[in-house]
Amino acid sequence: MAANWLPPVSLTASGRPVFLPGEVERCLLPAVDLESENPGLAPFRSGLLVLTSHRLLWIDEQSAAGFAAPLAAVVHAYPPKKSIRSMFASPRIRVQVSVSPDGRIVEDGVRSEVITVVMRGKNDPDAFYCRLLEVLRSRQWEAAVVAEKRNTDSGIAEPPMAAAARVRMPVVGVSGILRKEQELWESTDKSLQEAFQDLNALMSKAKDMVQLAEKMRLKLLSSSSASSNADDEEMGSKQEMQDWLLSVGIVSPVTKESAGALYHQQLSRELADFVKLPLERAGGMIALVDVYCLFNRARGTALISPDDLLQACTLWEKFDVPVMLRKFDSGVMVIQSKARRDEEVFARIASLAQKPDALRTGISPSDAALTLGIAPALAKEHLLTAESKGLLCRDVSPDGFRFFINLFTEIDPSDIYMIKNNGPAHVWSSALSLSG
Amino acid sequence: MQRLGNFKLPQFFNFPPFFTLQPVKETREKQVQVWKQLLLDYCRSQKIFVIGLEEDFPLFSNPVIERSLSHEAREVFLSALISEGHAEWMDKDHRKCLMLWLRLQEWADYILNFVKDNGLQDGVMTIEEMRSGTETHGTELAGIDRGLLLRVLRLLEQKGKATIFKGTSADDDGVKFSV
Repeated sequence: MAANWLPPVSLTASGRPVFLPGEVERCLLPAVDLESENPGLAPFRSGLLVLTSHRLLWIDEQSAAGFAAPLAAVVHAYPPKKSIRSMFASPRIRVQVSVSPDGRIVEDGVRSEVITVVMRGKNDPDAFYCRLLEVLRSRQWEAAVVAEKRNTDSGIAEPPMAAAARVRMPVVGVSGILRKEQELWESTDKSLQEAFQDLNALMSKAKDMVQLAEKMRLKLLSSSSASSNADDEEMGSKQEMQDWLLSVGIVSPVTKESAGALYHQQLSRELADFVKLPLERAGGMIALVDVYCLFNRARGTALISPDDLLQACTLWEKFDVPVMLRKFDSGVMVIQSKARRDEEVFARIASLAQKPDALRTGISPSDAALTLGIAPALAKEHLLTAESKGLLCRDVSPDGFRFFINLFTEIDPSDIYMIKNNGPAHVWSSALSLSG
Repeated sequence: MQRLGNFKLPQFFNFPPFFTLQPVKETREKQVQVWKQLLLDYCRSQKIFVIGLEEDFPLFSNPVIERSLSHEAREVFLSALISEGHAEWMDKDHRKCLMLWLRLQEWADYILNFVKDNGLQDGVMTIEEMRSGTETHGTELAGIDRGLLLRVLRLLEQKGKATIFKGTSADDDGVKFSV
């Protein structure tokens, strides 16, 4: 018993629906019910659902009755629900259509109702839904309207077949291009909207993940400080958990207490090995930024962050490696070979500062850089450190910043005219007198 | 040996870092010590009682090595002297400094000794005689800054060791010692 809340469709003699000009069949589904959310309207039971480019048709083959809903009236099509319940029930696709005040399904109606397509037969709801969306996106019923309008405007009464044929290929002329553009924009817009819906779903999942990771982290933190008799297996799995957390970007909570996460330990050793050769070439000291560049360049892929580098270097304190991280007062950080201790560098600086030229005019950071075979910025750091130790003293003038061997130590305040024999002051004095 | 006038300069005067205020504590302490000594010796030998900080005081620069002390350095060295009593600021802007290679009290003692050694007690001397008279010739008193002398004499007056007389003119101001 069919209700008539859907407008009827004429059928051919063999029970096929009469299509509108340009209407194309897209999908056929047997054993479909159409239900209205309005309980007063009786549902259409077990008919053939025909999705066309223009309409949603429902045909009762037994009674040879057909009904249609224009796709133009569809406001929204809801995707099939995926839940435990839906697994055992017939798939349902809900379609929101606009209705006129008196309940007829029309385009641009004042209110809307939801029709449910219930698939009783063996149908794939997802495929149907996809097809439905495609059809809704392409809005081919509009093309028909425009074509007809064009026909009437120009006053040419074209045979329906020709008009239909023409409409089937809407991509002719500038208007065709424009139409295609319009369709593209609309489909993009729609897919973006859907994507954002997916994104929202993803975001809420991500939040859950972060919360979970936090819980795990706290658990690790509490258990590590509490238990002192953890057996190896437990430690192993804890270590694994730390690594997982780290790979997700969460810093291991036990880094400060233990020797640090395994990742940083391994990196630390790798770095110590790597840096040996460049250190030798650079005279025993390299700026940390230079090491960062060199190391990452050598790695090719799997680059490390500056923070990783710093962590790796600070771990060296706990291992027995022949390199160390050093921070100067100025904030400059360098990697220094333990073998090349400060004393050696100072000895070289002192001998440089007591050469005849240096006695007269002092040494600049670039002079020191040349002699020591290191970068000028590092050379300056060395000179400043030597100064702070009383080895050198500074001379600031319009000529620049220079360092001299510290002769103040040689001066006897009670007799400032006296110059000790065999001291650097004596050497200096002679050097001076030689040059005149 | 380099000289400034008839003053013999130490060799370190040609050491460029000498003219740069050293940041390192120990080095600076040494530097300050040397400059204090140098300043006092120079002023004493040249009878310079007042140093103007912004003036071209010869000791503050060495044209041979093209270096001169910064204003900050000058203040630091003079302040060190002041804290020892070997100098005084003459104005609150710290532009003029009174050099006291003998501290005020040391000046007072010096004068008293001078008076005793020369049997000048009970006599009256004018201020000018003290500064440029034959008796003081060759002593520290020769060429002493007038203002400074008066200050020292007033100090002695307070201790009851001297009495200052005002003359008809500044030239006639005199002092009588009661040692």
